[in-house]
Amino acid sequence: MPRPKLAVWKFSSCDGCQLSLLDLEDELMAVAGAVEIAYFLEATRATAKGPYDISLVEGSITTAHDAQRIQKVRKQSKMLVAIGACANSGGIQALKNFADHEDFIRRVYARPGYISTLATSTGIADHVPVDFELRGCPVNKHQLVEVLTAALSGRKPNVPRYAECMECKRRGTVCVTVARGEPCLGPVVQAGCGGLCPAVGRGCYGCFGPMETPNTAALAARFADLGRTPAAIRDGFRLFNANAEAFREEGDRHDQA
Amino acid sequence: MTKRKIKVEALARVEGEGALDVTIRNGTITNLKFRIYEPPRFFEALLVGRMFTDAPDITARICGICPVAYLLGASQAMEDALGVRVEGPLRDLRRLVYAGEWIESHVLHVAMLHMPDFLGFQDALRMAHDHPQIVESALRLKKLGNRILEVIGGRAVHPVNLKVGGFYSVPRKAALRALLPELDWAIGAAGTLLEAVGRLPMPELERDYLFVALRHPAEYAVVDGRLASNQGMDIALPEYFDHFREDHEAHSNALHGRTNDGRPYHVGPLARWAVNHDRLHPDVQAAASKAGIGPVVRNPFQSIIVRTAEVLQALIDARALVEAYEEPDAPAVPVEPRAGTGYGCTEAPRGICVHRYTLNDDGTIAAATIVPPTAQNQPTIEDDLRAVVESNLALDDEVLKWRCEQTIRNYDPCISCATHFLRLTIDRG
Repeated sequence: MPRPKLAVWKFSSCDGCQLSLLDLEDELMAVAGAVEIAYFLEATRATAKGPYDISLVEGSITTAHDAQRIQKVRKQSKMLVAIGACANSGGIQALKNFADHEDFIRRVYARPGYISTLATSTGIADHVPVDFELRGCPVNKHQLVEVLTAALSGRKPNVPRYAECMECKRRGTVCVTVARGEPCLGPVVQAGCGGLCPAVGRGCYGCFGPMETPNTAALAARFADLGRTPAAIRDGFRLFNANAEAFREEGDRHDQA
Repeated sequence: MTKRKIKVEALARVEGEGALDVTIRNGTITNLKFRIYEPPRFFEALLVGRMFTDAPDITARICGICPVAYLLGASQAMEDALGVRVEGPLRDLRRLVYAGEWIESHVLHVAMLHMPDFLGFQDALRMAHDHPQIVESALRLKKLGNRILEVIGGRAVHPVNLKVGGFYSVPRKAALRALLPELDWAIGAAGTLLEAVGRLPMPELERDYLFVALRHPAEYAVVDGRLASNQGMDIALPEYFDHFREDHEAHSNALHGRTNDGRPYHVGPLARWAVNHDRLHPDVQAAASKAGIGPVVRNPFQSIIVRTAEVLQALIDARALVEAYEEPDAPAVPVEPRAGTGYGCTEAPRGICVHRYTLNDDGTIAAATIVPPTAQNQPTIEDDLRAVVESNLALDDEVLKWRCEQTIRNYDPCISCATHFLRLTIDRG
């Protein structure tokens, strides 16, 4: 029986999520044995034509060309997994959705006429149906293995949708908000990183995006009680998942500019 | 007039999306452009109005392979603007976490992205069939680099524990000392890898480069220093913008770095090697000499040897830093917002990465300028390609195409940084 064909696609991004595949030092050879790596430019110059059984898509859509390219990727893919914050909700570059796009181009490039991009950065599901969204900035490589394993065995990936707080509790990390008054997005952010930030004494800054049914308004009120200005509350929600619906709306509520 | 056209839809094994167009008429190159069409992400604009404390984590997302270059460059620039210095054990921890990034990034490039070109394989997975020990050893070395990033930074890609002023918390002494057995193995393994890389079939090319790198009085400079060249330049970091400029050209979403009088310059492993050979550990100098390279390397293909020697240097530095480590009293130096302009620069694995920020009184960012290594190297890469095409016109299209790809990979280009995907077209008209 032929091995399932895996493709890895890049759109606007930092490469960190597809790098997570190459960072599977202990599992990489096994993964390469279980699937045919049919298209993965960061790793190989050999490419095979579609259709592909599994497509991992990294990055957001920021150009008209990429908006067309993702349609082609979807047509060639049986299963399409959007990996990482850029592919899920537009990434950090979606901060431009909140600003004057022409002004952004002028600030960075001496000759704005050479630059051609869309006014927004959006996630893959805004353009084509997505079969699974793996969260993270970057994704957790162990969750990535789980997604591939589940896809190969035809089951649903076992990826929790509950809040980041659960990981701190399991890990035995003292709550940075309760103990030290440090603002932390943990109560509204999906688990998955392993509770990294509170473990080093800082508040969660939201790499994994909103959990299921997040109560962002209650958390924002708590931040205000802790003395955070509206601008600081807004910017807290406007990071790597700024354009995810729940975070976008809460950020907008505190935008007094 | 014969017409030959070569087209590569995608350059692989680089970080990012780019393309190469070559036009040859009657044996002469009439057009050569290394184009970067990675979509721009406007980092310098989206930083404006954010608090200075946000810059390290936001700029880290420029690159998933070298996030420490951004975390640290941005932090240092803010510290410069705010008039604080991070020294002693906290600076040593920064050197150690950066050694982790150098090891991870360099080994990935040497063994998995670049070496397959020299041995004629499409990728490292196919190379692993014939050279399993090289790939297995490289994966273990890379894992150690990532482990160092995790122990100090909390995460290999986009570490969470670095900030303006230092760290959120510092690792326990026992956690670092636990790295020692693997570091001892790795120093031996890197030596073996260096011997193997020294035996690779090496394309011939000699170029007269202007090399620019950080230079430190005692160290093989990575985290800070003055800017120096192989032609006598010796300047403090703020003077960078007086000596170098960035040009915006129609064929690329990355700005092109040149000297103020318009000359291309070269940053990265070969530049560091030429500027700082006397700062290398004697064991690295000796091992590199055995692998066939002297104090100045002008063949860009030999960058793979220099990069491997730098892995050995990073491992020796890391071992010394781990052995000397004592837990600092505080994880960070306190910082208070004020208006001002600050500069930061470190040696990213691909070369100097320069940051400049201007802050308002309340600590919000008024202006940001980031000059990544691949943008600086872009004109030099084009010059290398021109030399390679000119001296290899006799090669058939497929071989020449691959040689051009290998030439670009000499620079381990980080195109996401420079603004990724390379489409190569050779039109022989």
